Amino acid sequence: MNETILTTIITLSSLGAVSAIILYFIAKKFHVETDPKIEAVEEVLPATNCGGCGFPGCRAFAEALVAADDISSMHCPVGGNDVMKKVGEILGAEVEEKDPYIAVVKCSGSFEHRKKTNVYEGASNCKIASLLYGGDTGCAYGCVGLGDCVESCDFDAMYMDEKTGLPVVLEDKCVACNACVVACPKDIMELWPKGRKNRRIYVACMNEEKGGIAKKYCSVACTGCEKCVEECRYDAISVTNSLAVIDPEKCKLCRKCVDVCKSNSILEINFPPPKDRAPVDRPDRKLAMTKSEEKMQEERILNRVEKQEGESENPQQNTNIEQGEKSE
Amino acid sequence: MFIFNGLKTFSKGGIHPEENKLSADQPIQILPLPGSVSIPISQHIGTPAVPVVERGEQVKTGQVIAKTGGFVSANIHASISGKIAKISDEMDSSGYRRMAIMIRADKEEQWLDGIDNSGKLITGIPYSRDEILQKILNGGIVGMGGATFPSHIKLNIPKGKKADVLIINGVECEPYLTADHRLMIEKPEELIVGIRILMIALGVDKAILGIENNKPDAIEKISSLAGKEKGIQVVPLKVQYPQGGEKQLIKALIDREVPSGKLPIDVGTVVHNVGTTYAVYEAVLKNKPLIERIVTVTGKSVKNPGNFLTRIGSPVNALIEAAGGLPENTGKVISGGPMMGKALNDLDIPVTKGTSGILILDEKEAHRKASKVCIRCTKCVQVCPMGLEPFYLQNMTMRGNFDEIEANRILDCIECGSCSYICPSNRELLDYIRLGKSTVTNLIRERQRV
Amino acid sequence: METKLLTVSHSPHIHQVQSIPRIMYDVVIALLPALIFSVYVFGLGALMVTLAAVLSSLFFEYVIAKYIIKRKPDILDGSAIITGILLAFNVPSNLPIWIVVIGSFVAIGIGKMSFGGLGNNPFNPALVGRVFLLISFPVQMTTWPVPFQDRMSFADTVTGATPLSIIKEGIKNGESMTSLMKQIPSYTEFLIGSQAGSLGEISAFLLILGFLYLVYRKVITWHIPVTIIATMFIFSGILWLGNPEQNMDPIFHILTGGAMLGAIYMATDYVTSPMSIRGMYIYSVGIGVITILIRVFGAYPEGVSFAILILNAFVPLINKYVKPISFGEKVKNG
Repeated sequence: MNETILTTIITLSSLGAVSAIILYFIAKKFHVETDPKIEAVEEVLPATNCGGCGFPGCRAFAEALVAADDISSMHCPVGGNDVMKKVGEILGAEVEEKDPYIAVVKCSGSFEHRKKTNVYEGASNCKIASLLYGGDTGCAYGCVGLGDCVESCDFDAMYMDEKTGLPVVLEDKCVACNACVVACPKDIMELWPKGRKNRRIYVACMNEEKGGIAKKYCSVACTGCEKCVEECRYDAISVTNSLAVIDPEKCKLCRKCVDVCKSNSILEINFPPPKDRAPVDRPDRKLAMTKSEEKMQEERILNRVEKQEGESENPQQNTNIEQGEKSE
Repeated sequence: MFIFNGLKTFSKGGIHPEENKLSADQPIQILPLPGSVSIPISQHIGTPAVPVVERGEQVKTGQVIAKTGGFVSANIHASISGKIAKISDEMDSSGYRRMAIMIRADKEEQWLDGIDNSGKLITGIPYSRDEILQKILNGGIVGMGGATFPSHIKLNIPKGKKADVLIINGVECEPYLTADHRLMIEKPEELIVGIRILMIALGVDKAILGIENNKPDAIEKISSLAGKEKGIQVVPLKVQYPQGGEKQLIKALIDREVPSGKLPIDVGTVVHNVGTTYAVYEAVLKNKPLIERIVTVTGKSVKNPGNFLTRIGSPVNALIEAAGGLPENTGKVISGGPMMGKALNDLDIPVTKGTSGILILDEKEAHRKASKVCIRCTKCVQVCPMGLEPFYLQNMTMRGNFDEIEANRILDCIECGSCSYICPSNRELLDYIRLGKSTVTNLIRERQRV
Repeated sequence: METKLLTVSHSPHIHQVQSIPRIMYDVVIALLPALIFSVYVFGLGALMVTLAAVLSSLFFEYVIAKYIIKRKPDILDGSAIITGILLAFNVPSNLPIWIVVIGSFVAIGIGKMSFGGLGNNPFNPALVGRVFLLISFPVQMTTWPVPFQDRMSFADTVTGATPLSIIKEGIKNGESMTSLMKQIPSYTEFLIGSQAGSLGEISAFLLILGFLYLVYRKVITWHIPVTIIATMFIFSGILWLGNPEQNMDPIFHILTGGAMLGAIYMATDYVTSPMSIRGMYIYSVGIGVITILIRVFGAYPEGVSFAILILNAFVPLINKYVKPISFGEKVKNG
C-alpha cells in the first residue's frame, strides 16, 4: 500500500519536473521580443477596439504608435487629447492637440418634410433598401431610415427618432469613432468639429439635384440658391452641384447663413434660441429619448450581446466579426 | 443531362413555381399610339447612347435619335413620329434621374423611308455576315429576355473562339409572362427566318430552339416549320425555373457547363431570345429598328390580361389601362416576371427594350412574410441552380466577411431568386446576396485599380 | 390625385407555401401512424408517456423563451411538439412520468434553448434528452414492456428484453446463434412491429410509410435515411459474412432497434444535419458505421442515438470542408 503511494508520488513529481524543464526551454527558445512600450501604450488606450483611429484595434494602434517616427498625425478619438498626451509621454514624442469631433446627421428630411413615394418591404438594412429607388422617398440622397448607423455604433450613442425617422446622435456618448460614417450608404453621417462651447453649424442636406426638383420631394432640401455664400464673410461656404457645404475650419459660427436660408437646411446646434425668429427644426438636438425609443435601445443592446454570444458558440461561423468589419 | 419523363432540363437545383400563364390564349393586340413617349437613352447594359436630335426637331418613326455611346452600347430610335418636346433627366426605373428624350406625337404617323411596316413575310436573305451585323447594330437590337445586352456584340465572336451551335431561348420560365409564347404561335415563319439570319451571322449550321413543354401549341407549330429547314431543331424541355438562364439552358440543351466567370462562347455557343430573334428578322429584312416590343400585362386581379405590341417609351399606365385599368386593391406593380422583375414605385415610367411584362399583384399577394431564424433545412442549397450556399452567403454578408463570400463564388449568383422563393423561414436571402455581390464587385474593382 | 403608395421590394415577389410550421406539422403527421400503432401495442402507457413528453416540452419551451431568454415564445411552430414526440418514441412506454418530464427538460432546456433556440442547437434535442435519461436511469430506460400485455395498466407491466439485447446478452454468454434466433420474433413481426422496444421504434413498416410521406411532401430528401440504412446493411453484412456464428445478419440490424426511427426522423433533423448532399453522405455513412460498431462491439445493445449525436458534433466541420459542387466547377465539356 505504502509502496503504491510512494511510486505514484515519485512518478508524478518527476513527470511534472521533466515537463517543467521542457516547457522552460521551449519558452526560452520561442520567446518573442516585444517592445515593453507597446504594452505600456496599450495600457493607456481605452481598449474599446472601435477602430476609430484607423487601425483594427487598440493593440494594433499601440504597435503602430510605437513603430511610427512621427505620431503627430495619429489620434485616438475615444481617449482624446488626454490619452494622446499620456501616449506622448511614454514615447517621448510630440503630440498635436486635436479638437474633439462628433458625428452629425446631414439630413433633415423628417417624415413631415419628406413624403414617401413607396412602401419598402424587405431586409431592414439601409444598403439593401437604398438599392431600390434610393429609399422610400423621392429624395435619393437622403436618410433611408433603417438604422445601419445605429446598428454600427458600439457606444450606444445613436438611436432612431420615431417621430422624424432620422437618427439622433447623443452628444455626451459619441466618441467620433467613424463607424456610422462607414456604415451609412448615403454618406449622411460625417465627423464634425465639436466646436466652441459645443456649438456648430452645418448644412443638413446631401441633395445634389437642382433646386426645383430637390424641393419637390423634400421641403427642407438645400436648393443651392447661394444666398448663404453671399452672406458669409469668411468664405466658409461653397456650392457645388446645387449643394451648399460649410468648411468647419473657416466657419466662425456667426449664424448669418442660418438666417438667410429659406429652406432651413442649415442647422445650428447648441446656440441660445434666436430672439427674432422661430428656432429651426433640429433633429440632432433632441437629446432625451421617448419611452418607446428607450425600450428599443435596450432591446438593441440586448440583441447585440446575444448576437456576440451566439457567435462564439457556433463553431461553423468562426470568423472574427470585429476584424472582418473593420478591415473592410 | 438529367432526363426525366424523357424531357431534357438542367441538372442542378431549380424550382417549379405556379405557372399562372393567364394571358397565354390572348392574341397579341396593338397598343394604341400614345400621345407622347419618353425614351431613355440608356435601355441596355453598357454605355448610354448619345442624343443626336435637338429640342423642337421633327422626327419620323424609326429615325435614330441617339447613337451608340461606346463599344457596348446600342442605337435608340424614335418610336413615334413627332416633335422632340424635351431632352431632360427623368425618373426611370432605377430611381435615379437619367436622360430621356420626349417626343410629342403628330396627328398622323410618318414612318422613315425604307422601313417595311407591312406584315409581309420575306424569306430570302441576300446579305453577308458583315451586312447582317451592321443592320443589327443600326437597328439597336438588344437582348429582349430582360438582360438587354447589345446583340451585335454577342454575335461578334472574339478572335480565337468559335461557335458551333446557336441556341434560341423560347423557354419563358418566368411565371405569368406569355410574350414569347404568343410570339412563337403568331410569328413562327418570321422566327424561323430570324434564326437563319442569326445562323449566318454566327457562321454555324446548327440551331437549337428550346421550349418548355407547358407551351405545346408553340412546340407543335414551330416543329412543323423547322422540320423543313436544315439544321434547326426544336427541343421540348421539362418545366423548371430558371431554365431561361443562359447557363442553365446551355446545360439543358447541349449538356455543356459554362465555367465560372466565362461566357457561352467559351463553350462554343451563343444564346438568343426568341424576342430578339424576331427583332433581328425585322431589322435585317424589313429595315425596321427596335421601336416596339410585346409586353404581357397580367396578374390575377387584372380584368383583361393580355399581350400588347407596345411602342418603346409608352408609359406603363397606358398598358395597364389597355388591360382593364389598375385594380382597386393593387399592392405591387412589377416590371418583368415575379421571380426577377422589379417592383415599380411610379406608373408613369416608360416601357423600355427590356420590359417583358407588367405584373400586378393585389394587396394579399404583394407582401412578404416576416423573416424568421434559419433552421438549416438546406432547401436553398438544393434549389440553387449555380450550386452555391445562399444561407451561408447571406450570413457572411451580414457579418461583413466579404473575402469569404468571394471565395464562395458569390459572383456566380444569377439572382434567379430560387433561394428566397423556397425558404420556409422567409429569409431575405437574395436581398443580402445582392448586397454582398455588389460589395465584392466594388472590392475587386478597387483591387484592380491599385 | 393622391394615389395609394405601391409596395416595393427586391425580387422574387412570389413565395412558396411551405413554412416552418407546415414542415413541422408534416413531420408530426408522418409520426402519427407509428404513434397510434404503439398505443395499440403497448396500450395506455404509450399514450401517457407521449402526452407527458409533448406537453412538458411545450411548457419548458414557453417558460424558457419567455422568462429566461426573454423572447416572444413561438411554441406553436411545432418544433417543440416534434421534440416531445421523438423523445417519447425513444423511451419505453412504462417509463414513470417524472422521468419523462426530466427528459423533456434536458431536451428542450439544455439540448435546444441553451444554444439560443430553434436553428442554433448543435445536437438533436430529443436525443440529448434520451441519452441523458439512458445514462441517468439505466434500469428504467432498459426495461421494456412486452407487446400486447397489460395494455390498460401503466405501472406494473410484464417486461422483457429487446431483440437486440437478447442477442447481445446471448452472445456474451456464449449461446449459439441458432438457439438465440429462436428467442426473437420473426422478421415479419419486426416489420409489423410486434417486438419489445422503445415506444415508437417498433414498427419499421409504419416508420417507412411516414418516410414516404415526408419525401412526397418534400420535407426531407431520401439521401440521409437511405444512406444510413444502406451503410448499416452493408457493414453488418460484411461482419456477418465474416463470422455468421457471432454476428446477426444485416436484415436483422436494419429492422430492429432505433435504426429506422433514427435514420428517418432523428438524423434528418434540419438543424443538426449537413447542408450539402455530399456532406449528407459522409454524415450518414458515419452514423451507419458507428451504430453497427456500438451494436456489435460496444457495451450497449443499441447505438443509433450515440452515433447520431457523435456525427452531429461533426456537422459544423463537414459544412466547412464539404461544399456543394457549384455550376461550372467541374467542367467536362469534352
